[in-house]
Amino acid sequence: MAWETVIGLEIHAQLATKSKIFSGSSTAFGAEPNTQANLVDLGMPGVLPVLNKKAVECAVRFGRAIDAHVAERSVFERKNYFYPDLPKGYQISQAELPIVGEGHVEIVLDDGEVKTVGVTRAHLEEDAGKSLHEDFHGATGIDLNRAGTPLLEIVSEPDMRSAKEAVAYAKKIHQIVTYIGICDGNMQEGSFRCDANVSVRPLGQEELGTRAELKNINSFRFLEKAINYEVERQIDLIEDGGRVVQETRLYDANKDETRSMRSKEEANDYRYFPDPDLLPVVIDQAFMDAVAADMPELPDVRRARFQEQYGLSAVDANILTSTRATADYFETVGERSGDAKIAANWVMGELAGALNKEGLEIEQSPVDGEAMAGLLARIKDNTISGKIAKQVFEAMWAGEGSADEVIEAKGLKQITDTGAIEAMVDEVIAANPQQVENYKNADPEKQPKMIGFFVGQIMKKSQGKANPGQVNQLLRKRLS
Amino acid sequence: MSELHDKTLAELSAGLAAREYSSVELTEHYLQRIDDLDGQLNSYVTVTAERALEQAKSADARIASGDAGPLTGIPMAHKDIFCTEGVRTSCGSKMLDNFISPYDATVVTNLGEAGMVMLGKTNMDEFAMGSSNETSYYGAVKNPWNTDCVPGGSSGGSAAAMSARLCAAVTGTDTGGSIRQPAALTGITGLKPTYGRCSRYGMIAFASSLDQAGPMTKTAQDAAMMLAGMAGFDPKDSTSADRPVDDYVAALGQSIAGLKVGVVKEFMENDLDSGIAASTQAVLDQLKKQGAEIVEISLPNAHLSVPAYYVVAPAECSSNLSRFDGVRYGHRCENPKDLEDLYKRSRSEGFGAEVKRRIMIGTYALSAGFYDAYYIKAQKIRELIAEDFQKAFKQCDVIVSPTAPETAFGIGQKTDDPVSMYLQDIYTIAVNLAGLPGMSIPAPLSGGMPVGFQLIGNLFDEARLLNVAHQVQLATDWHKVTPEGF
Repeated sequence: MAWETVIGLEIHAQLATKSKIFSGSSTAFGAEPNTQANLVDLGMPGVLPVLNKKAVECAVRFGRAIDAHVAERSVFERKNYFYPDLPKGYQISQAELPIVGEGHVEIVLDDGEVKTVGVTRAHLEEDAGKSLHEDFHGATGIDLNRAGTPLLEIVSEPDMRSAKEAVAYAKKIHQIVTYIGICDGNMQEGSFRCDANVSVRPLGQEELGTRAELKNINSFRFLEKAINYEVERQIDLIEDGGRVVQETRLYDANKDETRSMRSKEEANDYRYFPDPDLLPVVIDQAFMDAVAADMPELPDVRRARFQEQYGLSAVDANILTSTRATADYFETVGERSGDAKIAANWVMGELAGALNKEGLEIEQSPVDGEAMAGLLARIKDNTISGKIAKQVFEAMWAGEGSADEVIEAKGLKQITDTGAIEAMVDEVIAANPQQVENYKNADPEKQPKMIGFFVGQIMKKSQGKANPGQVNQLLRKRLS
Repeated sequence: MSELHDKTLAELSAGLAAREYSSVELTEHYLQRIDDLDGQLNSYVTVTAERALEQAKSADARIASGDAGPLTGIPMAHKDIFCTEGVRTSCGSKMLDNFISPYDATVVTNLGEAGMVMLGKTNMDEFAMGSSNETSYYGAVKNPWNTDCVPGGSSGGSAAAMSARLCAAVTGTDTGGSIRQPAALTGITGLKPTYGRCSRYGMIAFASSLDQAGPMTKTAQDAAMMLAGMAGFDPKDSTSADRPVDDYVAALGQSIAGLKVGVVKEFMENDLDSGIAASTQAVLDQLKKQGAEIVEISLPNAHLSVPAYYVVAPAECSSNLSRFDGVRYGHRCENPKDLEDLYKRSRSEGFGAEVKRRIMIGTYALSAGFYDAYYIKAQKIRELIAEDFQKAFKQCDVIVSPTAPETAFGIGQKTDDPVSMYLQDIYTIAVNLAGLPGMSIPAPLSGGMPVGFQLIGNLFDEARLLNVAHQVQLATDWHKVTPEGF
């Protein structure tokens, strides 16, 4: 039987605010346990939450970025359950009235087709702390540094039909939240987490199959693997006469499998109700306008502009807008060097290769956009050749200074003095009479290829610094 | 000359300023009274004598340097629901018997900055759940008017301490009548301000949408002085009102001639206790005598307030009390065998019966399938009640009624009948549901026991309420009678 996979994602994006969503504690990652938990985060008797406006601003930004309706009035509710790393015994979240309503994003599939994925809603909530089971013999440690960190939970429609589509959607959301600066996108540190709702149904069937929710996925690669494993598990189960049960399943990356965590029957009744400690969030036009005025260019818009403005292909424009940092880098290089084509080639070629090799992000590149532009400017003004430029780039990468400093220090300036090049041409011709003879007797069609020998000799002599165009020209004149 | 402990706040303030006595002397006087008399009442759960004397010394220094405010140097007490840094804050519960608060509630900070001296923390119904102060882990509080009777609740310790003059003023909190009903039963003045007028930060939450702090005092003038010290916007409490605080004391001098006083028809009908009815009528006659016009108003949905309250308040409390889980502070059971055991035993051992009852009611009301029928419906009733009041305020300036349906009842008399206990707040609860300010002032005694007269104002109309009460108190002595032996 042919099966169809149906996937919806719940993405938790940690908002890049300095302080927590309901308290003034810092949200910085990696501090000593419980050093970033104040009275409010600890759930002390009598304390009260106060909403961080920045978190609201982040949510509104996201709403605008996915063309969603931003609620003029949204309400925080309490989700009640007991867990040691949940200090108040409830999580403050939004249920009935989320801040961001229906929106959509576009993803590009492998065949180049563009697909629209619906976003059901996005709501603000606080994160819980962490339970530490290691290092405590027979006990559990609680670290509340993360408790109260603002999250935006982004819920998609069940619009994805394969693990690849799910990954493309997740990457799109990742791209948007990092572009608009509301999330650092760091999946390793848990700043961007994906839960996947996965079900299968016979192809052509309208009704959705029973879904399993996959949790604990901390990379795009694992997202794809977890979904693929789960789809196979469900199909095998049904084909063997079994039935999928609605449950939460944990993905184990080491074993590459999902396993049951809790079934629906064991699920809590969260007893949501509006949090009486917080007023409804009311967003007026002035606030909306202020956010709109401050919105950066969105990735899809920027991609189209790159194609238009710089004459880039769709593929190149896509690569160069993949992250905001990449796009910013490219535009800096393009503008400063005055040649977008060379800039695109270098950013996607030499730079991407070097970053890849060292596992660095573009924002960590030892050669920044300005420096890169300085290098490309020397190619354009014929100070160095493209080949020498690669050598200069390596030196710059190693921290040996700017392009001009490297060129100067290593004496890599191109030789363009016709007299000097002529002298070298004459020397090479004189030293290789046999090759000259062969060249002259050769079929004119083969001559251009044969001239390469002489060019090579001259470049070697000049240590690569002779202007290749001039060398070619002079050689042809002498040999004809 | 009256004794020190019979003086009003204004008199004490003047006496301190004139150096007739120092704050230290005044504080020692009250500490001595607590020592001598509280054994009969159990109104304090913690007396902070050393700290009080230190604060008194600082207050004297402030007075000497000319830096004193009207409350500086005056000894008071806080209901043990207010977090006080470095001092046990028990909320009347075994759950928090070992809890030393690491911070001060905003109300505590405000009165501390005003220079008041804290004598200690007063007894209360456990987590403010009760109308008799019998649910306290620290035992029942006795009514100074008759020590076989309850002082009302939940601010029963505050009421008893004030009535016996074991402090010059005291704080209370009122969720459904917890300031006004005990004030009525012990013959003192108590004010529950508009919801949001005083910060709830640091006030251990019972029902967050209803809880409000307020003063319990000898007189309306004292209440005005205390409220001035307590009230104000607090950025730490999102539900506190961001509007200026009126000058309550300055507003006390106005005549009430022409004031329109609305008597709640539904509260005066049926089986109202004849003694309560007579005392209420006496105050109405007095108001009329002073030029007020008495009109009858109706609150047609008021009969729904107790049922609506007993959905909303338990629902909120079931969630508010989840943080008492034995994990970070408070009572933790011995040798828990696993997490579930830790939760179950810590909470079973730490909470008393009434608290458990309300957590169960609230959990049920919020659970899937019942939420709409209970919680949502109760919220709708709340809106109807608020509308009733707004309609009524088109016909009058203040609304009045008895505070409580009867005088103080015997200890143990209602403990097995929660519903009759819940009906203690039948006249006060609607005020909380509507978020309005309400006050109880002493009416003539009935059968030798205090009776409270309730005044209800429109939102943020505390100044008017206080003035009306003050005008009555200027013309009468009902608030001056004190319990024999105290």
